[in-house]
Amino acid sequence: MPIITVDGYELEVKAGTNLLDALLSRNIDVPYFCWHPAMGSIGACRQCAVVQYANKDDDRGRIVMSCMTAVTEGAIFSVDTNNAVTFRESVIENLMLNHPHDCPVCEEGGECHLQDMTVMVGHRNRQYTGRKTTFRNQYLGPFIGHEMNRCITCYRCTRFYQDYAGGHDLNAFGSRDRVFFGRAESGVLENEFAGNLIEVCPTGVFTDKTLSKNYTRKWDLQSAPTVCTGCSLGCNTYTSERYGELRRVHNRYNQEVNGYFLCDRGRFGSGYVDSPKRIRQAGMLNAAGLYDVVSKDSAIEHVRSMLANASKIKGIGSPRASLESNQSLRDLVGEDNYCSGMTNTEREMHAVILDVLRSDLNSPSMSEVENFDAVLVLGEDVTNHAPRLALSIRQATRNKSLKLAAETQLSEWQDAAVRELAQNQRSPLIVVTPMTDRLDEIASQSLRMSFGDITKLTQGLIDALTSDVSGEKQRAGSSESNEVVRGIIETLLAAERPLIVSGTSVGSPELLKRAANLAAALKQHKKTAGIFLCASEVNSLGVCLIDNHHSLESILDEAPEVVIVLENDLSLRLGHRFDSWIAKMPRLIAVDHLDHLTTSKADIVLPAATDPECEGSYINTEGRAQRSMAVFKPAGNIAASYHWLDALRDVTRVPSEIRAALANQFSELQVLDDAAPDEKFRDAGGKQPRMTHRSSGRTAMYADISVHEPKQPIDEDSAMAFSMEGNQNRSPSALRAYTWTPGWNSNQSIHKFQIEVNGSDVAANPPSFVFSDSESFCHYPRGNISNNVLIPQFHIFGSDELSAFSDELSQRVPLPYLRIRSEDAQRLGLTKDDGVMCDQVKKSTPLRIIIDDDLPVDCMVYPKIAELFELNGLDNASFVRIDGWHSPPAIITSDRTN
Amino acid sequence: MLLDMLSAIWSQLLTLAEVLKHTFTKADTVQYPEEMPYLAPRYRGRIVLTRDPDGHERCVACNLCAVACPVDCIALQKTEDEDGRWYPEFFRINFSRCIMCGMCEEACPTYSIQLTPDFEMCEYDRQNMVYEKEHLLISGQGKYPGYSFYNVAGKSIAGKDKGEALNESPPVDVRSLLP
Ligand code: SF4
Ligand code: SF4
Ligand code: SF4
Ligand code: SF4
Ligand code: FES
Repeated sequence: MPIITVDGYELEVKAGTNLLDALLSRNIDVPYFCWHPAMGSIGACRQCAVVQYANKDDDRGRIVMSCMTAVTEGAIFSVDTNNAVTFRESVIENLMLNHPHDCPVCEEGGECHLQDMTVMVGHRNRQYTGRKTTFRNQYLGPFIGHEMNRCITCYRCTRFYQDYAGGHDLNAFGSRDRVFFGRAESGVLENEFAGNLIEVCPTGVFTDKTLSKNYTRKWDLQSAPTVCTGCSLGCNTYTSERYGELRRVHNRYNQEVNGYFLCDRGRFGSGYVDSPKRIRQAGMLNAAGLYDVVSKDSAIEHVRSMLANASKIKGIGSPRASLESNQSLRDLVGEDNYCSGMTNTEREMHAVILDVLRSDLNSPSMSEVENFDAVLVLGEDVTNHAPRLALSIRQATRNKSLKLAAETQLSEWQDAAVRELAQNQRSPLIVVTPMTDRLDEIASQSLRMSFGDITKLTQGLIDALTSDVSGEKQRAGSSESNEVVRGIIETLLAAERPLIVSGTSVGSPELLKRAANLAAALKQHKKTAGIFLCASEVNSLGVCLIDNHHSLESILDEAPEVVIVLENDLSLRLGHRFDSWIAKMPRLIAVDHLDHLTTSKADIVLPAATDPECEGSYINTEGRAQRSMAVFKPAGNIAASYHWLDALRDVTRVPSEIRAALANQFSELQVLDDAAPDEKFRDAGGKQPRMTHRSSGRTAMYADISVHEPKQPIDEDSAMAFSMEGNQNRSPSALRAYTWTPGWNSNQSIHKFQIEVNGSDVAANPPSFVFSDSESFCHYPRGNISNNVLIPQFHIFGSDELSAFSDELSQRVPLPYLRIRSEDAQRLGLTKDDGVMCDQVKKSTPLRIIIDDDLPVDCMVYPKIAELFELNGLDNASFVRIDGWHSPPAIITSDRTN
Repeated sequence: MLLDMLSAIWSQLLTLAEVLKHTFTKADTVQYPEEMPYLAPRYRGRIVLTRDPDGHERCVACNLCAVACPVDCIALQKTEDEDGRWYPEFFRINFSRCIMCGMCEEACPTYSIQLTPDFEMCEYDRQNMVYEKEHLLISGQGKYPGYSFYNVAGKSIAGKDKGEALNESPPVDVRSLLP
């Protein structure tokens, strides 16, 4: 490790890094704008200037940009010398020439990197008296606001949007002081990761519209470390509240999981918490088919008597509910009567993922995916089903350019140079899916096949690997498919670290099994080969682990008298079978937060807390146990599901006691406790704060109700307090409610909590993996390959159970469509934009026809959205044309063309 | 020693004379409430929210007063009208907590919140010390006439387009290729 001298002090720094990174890692503040820890340096803003001296006798030195300067042994720098200080002052003064007088009406204010840096540099008085440049703003969709006047042209936005996330519709336009960052024309920003612009832009150009409508400054937000429930990846988030309403979701850095970025489903999808469809009171179905509001006690009384009079009680758990809630249900109904709430197919698919995680196959974490230099995607629609992983796969394709850079002795952080060097050269990515995939554009090879054919292809690959690697041996099958197989094998074997990616969006356990077999076969040749399988929901693996018996289908076989459904809309899972299934259902008790088809069929509904309102443990698709903390106490009768279910048995347990019960029964779940400290944890005798120390309005917030300030709610479940008391700076990362350090009000303060820039959190809990990869992998025997004609297309907006209940996100849910090949359209007498409906289902929703000849033959595709739930699980369906139907306009520009 | 004593006695006599003098000066104490004292405009009494010269609410709900308040007795919530102006959906001051320190006025970037020379706010019921926006908002500009925040801010609102604020040039034509 080189030793450099900075302002007379010797510092040991990480080799191969740049000076800015090194200084920030050693806690020396240098102002910067364009450098980003995940995106490296381009030297665009000139704010990070320091002075470098040629040798000890050099007393003048020269100004260098610290982000563009490599640290070398013996180098001498000064951050504090007058030269550097005045240079930085003049840079920020220039950046601020045109800056509007907007802070009071700017959503960035109070967590603005530009404010922080201006204060840090000490620029106080405006000397410039000329006119300011102004810009017109654009409409960028329901999520992101645009206020172009505030731009300081650091280019972080386009670098993230285009280079990092692969977006096409955000660009820099114009010249000199007219440079404009936006779209060619007003319209929705299409990229699935556009929301990160809010955090990436160091100013208030891109702001969070969902926060702005009920805007609250960062210092007034009550927050908690949470886990995103949008998909199985379990990205780490900060969720924030004010006045009892959820305000926003921000990224929470976790080096091994999501790093600095989230997807837009996670960021903008938690509006369901305040949805008008939220169930806030316990309700009992009356004779008229309506619900009567009942008190907490009488609801519990009624359920108890219902349970007392029944001999056969079943409990249906939920992969989107926490392990604590599921266990509490299990304790109530008994383990033999508990079902994970998944269908047979879902359970079988997740069992494969469990097997893989328990086996000696190499299952990387999401951030490790970025280190694989060849990726084969088998059927999984990564971008729409496990969105954040797509961002990691995009970075994985950059390994080629990093390798080229290393050969030319260029450092990885020289972002512009490395990209220039590599041009369009990427590490191989092979995407084998039925539908056009968002990753196609960076794929070295895209193959369109039905899921059945993908399964066969996978088998072909296994055969090729296990029989004869060189592929010389004659095999059955067409020479064309042999060619494809040989090509893929060559690519995988040529790589240093090949990765197989698949997931449950394929809907076929057989495909997942063979993908696992393939990974095992590949591992015989490449020790480093890995496999990443994406589960369906945030806790799919958790519930699969604690339930060994039942599926939704089998629960009816035992003719139960009372069924308790926990946080689960069964209509989405059972699809067309739902109506007949629910008709056979005797008495139904639902514990849930939203009014959906299942809760509206229940005899008694108990209002459950949502994920941001209660503590919970989840196991993500990497097999990582994570804890999500309650952000605020919900009003009224709402309580955590586990508290409701425990109350039915007349017991009171804090979550850690329920986790202890889980750990007792499942030795693998002993790590649950490692995910975060339990409710007994104290720092200097106190709990961890959820509010900032600057939180305002305490003595006036509720003064309209009573001038006598209420006591803060007590949190018995965790070591966090609904209060500003405590030291957030010292909190363990799993209990840290926000990042803030003096002088660093924005999210850029994260480097103060990292061991070094991009390192792990200083107070991180050790990774808590549930599964030890000790068992050696057993190959799955070959099963039957089935092929459905009607297949669902997942959508980042609308395909999960909850986020579509959010006001803004619901605007991005696709309108119903049917994607068919032109010959099928001809056969059925349909043309583009015709309306059709399925005649096999009760609720006939019109679907717009999209002609897509990229689809494999004998495939029809519909969007997996709640509105079309009845199509779920149909292998085939017939559709009839609706005369005189006109399609409503699409809101995404690229959707208007196809 | 003797000198010290004499000087001490002299000092005592001076003090007595000074006190005696006050018997003949006019008393500062006034017969409040029959007689009202003069309070300077900058006196820190009852807080008001003011309007800009066009009669719009000045407050943009920036929350700076609330965060500056040492006793946390200001609470508000931002919302937006159809003109694009930010304004407080509710604005509440709990005067039973307020210490009339004037920090909120110092912090306010729009001259909205101002302390006035009115201190007569006593109530029998503490609950009546809670003032909502309807109690706080006056129809005038208060101590700082002529200031309108949106005339200097870059954010456009109905009636004030981009480029129309103080010291702004018209919005650039992004598609221009001129050097
Ligand atoms: S971007 Fe920052 S400095 Fe600029 S107006 Fe917004 S808060 Fe103020
Ligand atoms: S919009 Fe934001 S990120 Fe983009 S160049 Fe301007 S200041 Fe930088
Ligand atoms: S990728 Fe999944 S877990 Fe991560 S933010 Fe998106 S929805 Fe949430
Ligand atoms: S500081 Fe002024 S503008 Fe801001 S919220 Fe308070 S009164 Fe309104
Ligand atoms: S951060 Fe170094 S030039 Fe911008």
